[in-house]
Amino acid sequence: MLKKMMIKSPEMTSHLYNSLQALIESTSSELPIDVALAMDLAKKNEQEKSSAEYALKIIEENRVLAKKYIAPLCQDTGTISFYINHPKHFDRTNFEQIAIEAVMKATEKGVLRQNSVDSLSGLNSGNNIGLGHPGFYFEENQSDLLEIRLMLKGGGCENVGAQYSLPEISLEADRDLAGVKKVILHAVKSAQGRGCSPGILGVCIGGDRATGYAFSKKQLLRFLNDENPIEPLKKLEEEILVDANQLGIGAMGFGGKTTLLGVKIAALHRLPASYFVSVSYMCWAHRRQGMVLDSDMKIKKWIYK
Amino acid sequence: MIALKSPFDRNEIKKLRVGDIVHLSGTIITGRDAVCKYLYAGHASPLNLNGQILYHAGPVVIKDTSGAYVVKAAGPTTSIREEPYQATIIKQHGLVAIIGKGGMGEQTRLALSESGAVYFHAIGGAAQVYAVRIKKVNSVHLLEFGSPEAMWELEVEDFPVIVTMDSHGNSLHKDMEQSSDKIFKKMISSSGDHA
Repeated sequence: MLKKMMIKSPEMTSHLYNSLQALIESTSSELPIDVALAMDLAKKNEQEKSSAEYALKIIEENRVLAKKYIAPLCQDTGTISFYINHPKHFDRTNFEQIAIEAVMKATEKGVLRQNSVDSLSGLNSGNNIGLGHPGFYFEENQSDLLEIRLMLKGGGCENVGAQYSLPEISLEADRDLAGVKKVILHAVKSAQGRGCSPGILGVCIGGDRATGYAFSKKQLLRFLNDENPIEPLKKLEEEILVDANQLGIGAMGFGGKTTLLGVKIAALHRLPASYFVSVSYMCWAHRRQGMVLDSDMKIKKWIYK
Repeated sequence: MIALKSPFDRNEIKKLRVGDIVHLSGTIITGRDAVCKYLYAGHASPLNLNGQILYHAGPVVIKDTSGAYVVKAAGPTTSIREEPYQATIIKQHGLVAIIGKGGMGEQTRLALSESGAVYFHAIGGAAQVYAVRIKKVNSVHLLEFGSPEAMWELEVEDFPVIVTMDSHGNSLHKDMEQSSDKIFKKMISSSGDHA
């Protein structure tokens, strides 16, 4: 049904295009509600007149301005990743085409930066479109629910991500949860303020090198205040959050109480020979937003507002 | 808060210490990955960098209806990628300061001491706070590197930064790496005991 409608009705195409425009604008210019609340708390908890508090105050001013002008929170509008949860018979190809047009328009308006560079020639495509850009991750559901999430992840935080293969001798990290904890804390310590702390971790234990990273990134779609249903992972998340904040790195690496806002860990099966721990580091400017669309392709509900 | 205006006085720069909050006004020049590599390779700079401040940034810039450049977002980018090039550029071109985020390494720290220059830390992600303080684009060069990596000559007013590496050999980043490493090592040795 959806497939048919999307191809044949120009009206629906235009609704989807407008909805995607709104999604891109909101994602680039506004923090999701859970992250905004966590940042408010970090500022409140920080020592008065410290450099970290100064950084958090500037960030707060920035949030107000970005929302007011519908302009990018951060100039690095990042890797553009669409996560689509769709009903059967959803026309992926048509969706991609409309999303690409929405991305090009947002780039023209300066809501997104020209962020796609040919790795061989060094040429910037100028419109955010290129091989692998933007990214589309489709998942089919059995109902008629259509949810589209968007994540904009900047290069600064992407560069401090890390993947460990356990055992990691230098850290005496074995193939167990104690070992996992060591390497995750090592990633946080190594990142210092370079990933724009306070950060959020998405972690995957297991998988292969590709699925491990992909799944770790997907954890960043979870609400900061959700509860991991898997007890050992829930405990690990809580412990790492406490320990990481004892490292004293703080906002921007200036020294302070909040180094991480959240830790989200999941696990995939692995091979007997492999034990990967993949860590995706997200900056404080965690630009993720999502929308539920109705059958007309209009926004029914925002997910992270 | 200390206010500094271009042309920047090196003696004023030398007085700065780690932790000082500074508001910059006047001209600053962007240069990040492609520009730093280019200058390091010995190519001439399109702008005279002597006494200038180099800003590690890849702004979002569009043209308005009259064809004038408008800076839509302009926070700092991670500076450590420029570590292989920065010391040489500071010394050869006579920069008085770098603006960036995340701090830089040992070579840059030494070059800052040698040249009487500093590293200003801007707040990562605060693209609008900085964009509204950019009053004008004076010129653009090396646009062939793409808009984010071009050399933008910007006119700023009360651009807020904090000194994290000064000309006296101090580096907040070095201190922080050492202190957090110490805590980390203690942490993992005790978590090992429980395992």
